[in-house]
Amino acid sequence: MAMPLESPISFTNVGQIRWWQRGIFASQTGYVLLALAVLLVIMHFASPYFFTEGNMQNVAKNFSFIAIATLGVTFVIITGGIDLSVGSMMCFSAMITSMVMTELSAPGSPAGSLFVHMAADGKTVLANVPGLILVVSILAGLGVALIAGLVNGFCIAVLGLSPFVTTLGMLSIVRGLGYVASNGRGSFPGGPDADYFYAATSGDVLGLPVPFIYLVILALAMAVVLHHTSFGRHVFALGGNEKAAELTGIPVVRVKIEVYVICALAAGLQGIIISGWLGSAPANMATSYELNVIAAAVIGGANLAGGIGGPLGAIVGCVLLEVIRNGLVLAQVSSYWQQTLVGVIIILAVLVDRIRSRMT
Amino acid sequence: MAGEATIEPVLELTGIGKEFGAIRALHEVDLQVFPGEVVGLMGDNGAGKSTLVKIIAGNFRPSHGEIRFAGNAVHFSRPIDARGVGIEVVYQDLALSDNLTAAANVFLGRELKRKFGPIALLDHKAMAARALELFGELRSETRPDDLVKQMSGGQRQAVAIARTRLSNARLVMMDEPTAAISVRQVEQVLGLIHRLKEQGVAVMLISHRMPDVFAVCDRVVVMRRGEKRADKPIHQTSPEEITALITGAKEAA
Repeated sequence: MAMPLESPISFTNVGQIRWWQRGIFASQTGYVLLALAVLLVIMHFASPYFFTEGNMQNVAKNFSFIAIATLGVTFVIITGGIDLSVGSMMCFSAMITSMVMTELSAPGSPAGSLFVHMAADGKTVLANVPGLILVVSILAGLGVALIAGLVNGFCIAVLGLSPFVTTLGMLSIVRGLGYVASNGRGSFPGGPDADYFYAATSGDVLGLPVPFIYLVILALAMAVVLHHTSFGRHVFALGGNEKAAELTGIPVVRVKIEVYVICALAAGLQGIIISGWLGSAPANMATSYELNVIAAAVIGGANLAGGIGGPLGAIVGCVLLEVIRNGLVLAQVSSYWQQTLVGVIIILAVLVDRIRSRMT
Repeated sequence: MAGEATIEPVLELTGIGKEFGAIRALHEVDLQVFPGEVVGLMGDNGAGKSTLVKIIAGNFRPSHGEIRFAGNAVHFSRPIDARGVGIEVVYQDLALSDNLTAAANVFLGRELKRKFGPIALLDHKAMAARALELFGELRSETRPDDLVKQMSGGQRQAVAIARTRLSNARLVMMDEPTAAISVRQVEQVLGLIHRLKEQGVAVMLISHRMPDVFAVCDRVVVMRRGEKRADKPIHQTSPEEITALITGAKEAA
């Protein structure tokens, strides 16, 4: 039933919003990106080593170590929630992955007999396809993250607990489970697939660190999901006005649970990657990383009040943090200054955005 | 309305009652609403207006009575059921997401999508075009790609009303649409109600503002203490009489 249009609509009283007042140009992400560009130029003149290939690879690798988790937490922040359990989640997933891998690679163990057996000369031989142990153990690591994410989401969306309290609890629960599972010792990836594991987590492809490649792929996927699917639309709507989202028939509970699961999975994957670089998953791994991750998201423009954020911002935040850390080292400034400076930048980034939105 | 008797009412309530525990919120309410008719629903706080609206919108189930929509008996257990048959509600706070564009808000929860193999992506172009068309019908100068955050009260109201046009609703209930906006924007909103009426949509206007009710409504229904106390064509009554009915100075008319 299309209605006839008597006259095409004319905009006599409503002006067009100028291009520099909309999209990325009017966002905190845009300003921080500009600040980052300026910082890169300054670094170039401050230190001849900064733009060398080795250092760039270093920077790319280091920021990739928190950026994947930052992508995940950005989903949660856009809905107006928060996830404090990402640091513990990184550790627990990594630890479970290593433990499962070691267990499956031990010929005598009950589960291991399915995957390996002892050859006549006492060497361990794979029973099936190479890489299967790796896949199973990574799925196990992500599986525990999935469960923790579901519990977070259930408590927050169904039981109505506050995200801060729920994930603060989960931070402690998951960290504690990590200590229990490894008896406080942590764990190490081992067995015949360990080499694949290192290649998949800390190797290089065409000169690019693997974590960086994962990051780019996941960030692109996230951009598509956020801006071109109804799930992404609902994530933004939830952060903008939760009551409206509910009244318009958006499945609020489901979307909330999904974002916490995504966040936990991203953290789990991040932890597995970090453990590949460290060569182990110590029980105190990634302690307080949740603060770096949330700081990076906020610096990059994700609004803790909900409704604003995106993958570009998450990455820009992580890069900025890493460039500052790297730059301070190259400039031979005591690395103790780093935390102070990060704190100043968090406040500055939010302040600049506040001033901008007051002006328009 | 000429020939009202021959036209089938779009909404027909018979003997609607609602109890919350020991509290009787509604008692024996009969009401008919015809296509293209604007009915003002008035009453003091606690008179039962919002309970009645919530029953029609599917938020509550009535304790007694029958709801017929377009001739068929209907039972709503959730708001989405009411929307399914063609009843839309424009909420007092409009239920808009400020951080999304006008088009995104219009299509919130029923986005248009295009299939690319297994994945369905949003069809931004189609949604913007349809939203612009709807804003055109409502004569509202609203750009589909502008953020709702940056819009005036009248534009926001247009976005909320455009949402109801999306499904070609046959009954639109508006809860206090003019309560929190400026005088000039009130004019715009009343204009929007006229647009809906022109297109044969029945409108129920829940309002405290007497001038607005008398400006757009064909008929006014007054609720008091959970009962319908008056149901009169607008030209047979006066603001004074309505006020007396609302306050109870006059029992019924």
